[in-house]
Amino acid sequence: MTMRVAVTVNGTEYARDVEPRLLLIHFLRDELGLTGSHWGCDTSNCGSCVVWLDARPVKSCTVLAAMADGRSVRTVEGLEQDGRLDPVQEGFIQCHGLQCGFCTSGMMMTARWLLDHHPDPDEAEIREVISGQICRCTGYENIVRSIRWAAKHSRQDDEEAAG
Amino acid sequence: MHYMQVPSQVEYERATSVEHALSLLSRPDTRVVAGGHSLIPMMKLRLAQPGMLVDINGLTELAYIRLAGGQLCIGALARHADLLDSAVAGELFPIFHDAERVMADPIVRLWGTVGGSLCQADPSEDLSAVFAAVRATAVIRGQDGDRLVPVREFHLGPYETVIGPGELLAEVRVPIQPGTGSAYQKVSRRTGDWSVAAAGAALRVGEGGNHEPVISSAGLGLTAVGAEHFVAAEAEAFLAGQPPDEASFGRAGAIAAQHCHPVADQRGPEDYKRHLVAELTTRALRRAWSRASRARAGRPS
Repeated sequence: MTMRVAVTVNGTEYARDVEPRLLLIHFLRDELGLTGSHWGCDTSNCGSCVVWLDARPVKSCTVLAAMADGRSVRTVEGLEQDGRLDPVQEGFIQCHGLQCGFCTSGMMMTARWLLDHHPDPDEAEIREVISGQICRCTGYENIVRSIRWAAKHSRQDDEEAAG
Repeated sequence: MHYMQVPSQVEYERATSVEHALSLLSRPDTRVVAGGHSLIPMMKLRLAQPGMLVDINGLTELAYIRLAGGQLCIGALARHADLLDSAVAGELFPIFHDAERVMADPIVRLWGTVGGSLCQADPSEDLSAVFAAVRATAVIRGQDGDRLVPVREFHLGPYETVIGPGELLAEVRVPIQPGTGSAYQKVSRRTGDWSVAAAGAALRVGEGGNHEPVISSAGLGLTAVGAEHFVAAEAEAFLAGQPPDEASFGRAGAIAAQHCHPVADQRGPEDYKRHLVAELTTRALRRAWSRASRARAGRPS
């Protein structure tokens, strides 16, 4: 029993015949080969699988691929634009926001969404928004610093573009 | 490919209108999926094995929070994040914002729905206790029209509600009463976890014969502690007619603790949970009264 599922991922439309029970994370990783999103706890607790569905972050282990049919998805592979890293990615490099890297794609997708809505979040706001995502390496300190770095440098980019 | 947790085979249909959803739901083995953040994990564990899922995420006509007829009306498809962002809901019923701040996490709250929380009927669910405290009414839509069921009669037991085949929860209505204050207090093991215990209070205060404040009615909701219909009925009955003071609030907490039915589990032993019920009920009442008295004084709560 399969159904046709068509999803626009990072601007490209993909269509696959899949079982209705297939989870979005497995659709992305195994059907499309987009392995940047990670499959972690499988219980919507850890947040490694966070992607955007119609411009809002979601834990993709808890969404059926069928539910994304006709919708758009953005994954970590879609953060870089025209060969230029997103300020969030640059921030994670500059501030050592990762060690093992397992949680990183989910953290960055949530961070990008936060900064799109709150360009200058304070530390408490950052910690709140990533409170449903688990990092076992950094103790979160460097993740918070990375997102702050991205906030600062996103604004500078905007000012340069405006100037 | 070897996946650790996969739901069993299921059919999938996307509802294009409420009428279409009701027609699909007339098949008895269907389940509604909205946020899916309780149902899909339960399907992975085979705790739920629906034959067909009816996806109602496209029914945006059920996604609203508005005032109508002296009531706050919350569409079943309103997301937790919408309720937390709603200034009108927070102003009238701060208990909603208290609870939403400590439910799950911000990403889950973007998808989980108010209606889904009630229909999941988890015995540790927060909004069930909140809606019980504020004496809300569930609007259940069927092919023959709407029927209204008090939230206090909505749950039949764990994971069971009064919603039958061919029916859909459409809205939850909360009566707005002047002079009311409300609050929610929860203890969980870590951020975003289910409650070890939690208590919600909605307090309506009037004036007694000597112009001193007197509690005209109290709504007390409890979750995760085996309270029937999420209600602390004996404590509510005690509070009516009492002065809104520390002695009344403490006594109500003790009564609530005595009459609930917590069970020992990985979140704690029974006596600890009863202790929490007493303390959290008292604190929720204290805060509800503080907010009610500010509202009475004409200041924003």
